[in-house]
Amino acid sequence: MAAANPIVSLRAVGKVFDSGTAALDGLDLDVRAGEFVSLLGPSGCGKSTALRIVAGLSKPTNGVIEWPASRAGDAAAGRIGFVFQEPTLMPWASVADNVELPLSLAHADPAKARLAVGAVLDHVGLADFTAAYPRELSGGMKMRVSIARALVTEPRLLLMDEPFAALDEITRFKLNNDILSLWQTLRQTVIFVTHSVFESVFLSQRIVVMTPRPGRVFAEVAIDAPYPRDDRFRTSAEYAGYCRKVGEVLAAAMDARP
Amino acid sequence: MSPRGLVRIALPLVLLAVAVAVWDAAVRAFAIPPYILPGPALVMGSLVGDSGLLFGSLAVTLTLALEGFALAAIGGVFWAIVFNQWRLIEYSFYPYAVVLQVTPVVAIAPLLLIYLPQHLAVLACAWIVAFFPVLANTTLGLRSVDRNLVALFELYKASRWQVLTRLKLPAALPQMLAGLRIAGGLSLIGAVVAEIAAGSAGAGSGLAYRIAESGYRLNIPRMFAALLLLSLAGVAIFMVLSALSHLVLRRWHESEVKEDR
Ligand SMILES: Nc1ncnc2c1ncn2[C@@H]1O[C@H](COP(=O)(O)OP(=O)(O)OP(=O)(O)O)[C@@H](O)[C@H]1O
Ligand SMILES: [Mg+2]
Repeated sequence: MAAANPIVSLRAVGKVFDSGTAALDGLDLDVRAGEFVSLLGPSGCGKSTALRIVAGLSKPTNGVIEWPASRAGDAAAGRIGFVFQEPTLMPWASVADNVELPLSLAHADPAKARLAVGAVLDHVGLADFTAAYPRELSGGMKMRVSIARALVTEPRLLLMDEPFAALDEITRFKLNNDILSLWQTLRQTVIFVTHSVFESVFLSQRIVVMTPRPGRVFAEVAIDAPYPRDDRFRTSAEYAGYCRKVGEVLAAAMDARP
Repeated sequence: MSPRGLVRIALPLVLLAVAVAVWDAAVRAFAIPPYILPGPALVMGSLVGDSGLLFGSLAVTLTLALEGFALAAIGGVFWAIVFNQWRLIEYSFYPYAVVLQVTPVVAIAPLLLIYLPQHLAVLACAWIVAFFPVLANTTLGLRSVDRNLVALFELYKASRWQVLTRLKLPAALPQMLAGLRIAGGLSLIGAVVAEIAAGSAGAGSGLAYRIAESGYRLNIPRMFAALLLLSLAGVAIFMVLSALSHLVLRRWHESEVKEDR
């Protein structure tokens, strides 16, 4: 793969936990700037672990992570947004305060921060809920707040760990659409973890299929369908074809022995 | 007020009225002498007649209990934070906090009275019993922070101070307030225990001493009146702390929000 301008490269990354569990072994991955890439793999194959390593929340046991485009450290500090599987909001803080958190932790100018928060909440369609508390929101709205919080620092890299796995299908489709339109306006790089073939095909330019634990890259599938993708794409024969193909690759990955 | 709220206030009051009526009727019907069981009217009479004495004593006891509570609240939260920040200090001191808790205060009071002037001994007893619930609950609260929120703060390079003030302390608030609510009632118990221990030794003017003194003099109505005041003081402390908890948590914590269905 001729990685034009990779934003982050993982080279032979392995992770063995203290418990002795080998989560990753020899994971190689290049992510290009501005790309939307999905990590697809069976449960427990180390997707979350890989994402946490990229975010700097966990150290790899071996291998290296390179940030070619930026100076060391710069890449991690505030330039990464992370969306967890659960909304992970502070229940004692209003929607606006939750979204402002990354900025206020960095001692950003409050007036500017408030503007940024307003803008990003507008983006995710929650402009009317700035003063609400998390418990007053639906599951989908909480997830939007979480996404807004990840976007408020204008990260170059957005990491999403099965953000919609707990949501119903209608809400998930809606948020999938929203994520794509956000990505097309903001143009950050996205690494999206999922174990849904359908979701990964709908969203990604490229799908990285991982083997069962210890996880490594089994195969990559490029999804060449043009953006914007919408509900028409979701019902097209092209989409169904890609889903079948990716499903077959995933099935093969499940049988692959490390 | 909602009908439900009205019922919640009315029901205990009705029950109280019934109990007082039964009490009064029993005292009359069986002609129970006042030195065994005084009727409610006699107790109220004593409360009004001896009000100067009783309320003066109440003020003494309540002041010491509240001072002990305040010190326990500040100390409990402070040490919980220290324990949370420095593991080695926690390992060193926590066992002794437990010792303080499991040793019955009734047994400590006489000893304290030997070394301390009486009001300080009472204060110390109020503090001892109130300290541990605050410490234990706050410690638990500081530990039970959402792991992902911790990761989030780490991702955004939050300082240790920011993690403490913006994440751990708010997350610990519900447990901390629950600890305070328990400690409030306990501090009154601690003060009363110490006063009883001291009262039998002589000088003292707290409410517990009045109870003991009235007992010796077979002034049973006054004994009841003092007891009543003590209970009311305890209820008042509990209600104030509950109101505080409600005020702080009502917007966000499941225990305090009113379900809007
Ligand atoms: N902190 C940890 N300590 C020990 N083992 C861990 C830890 N975190 C993850 N593991 C193990 O590492 C393996 C990979 O976990 P990981 O959470 O990365 O999987 P995943 O691909 O994200 O799975 P899922 O799709 O179910 O979320 C699992 O076997 C898990 O038990
Ligand atoms: Mg996972």
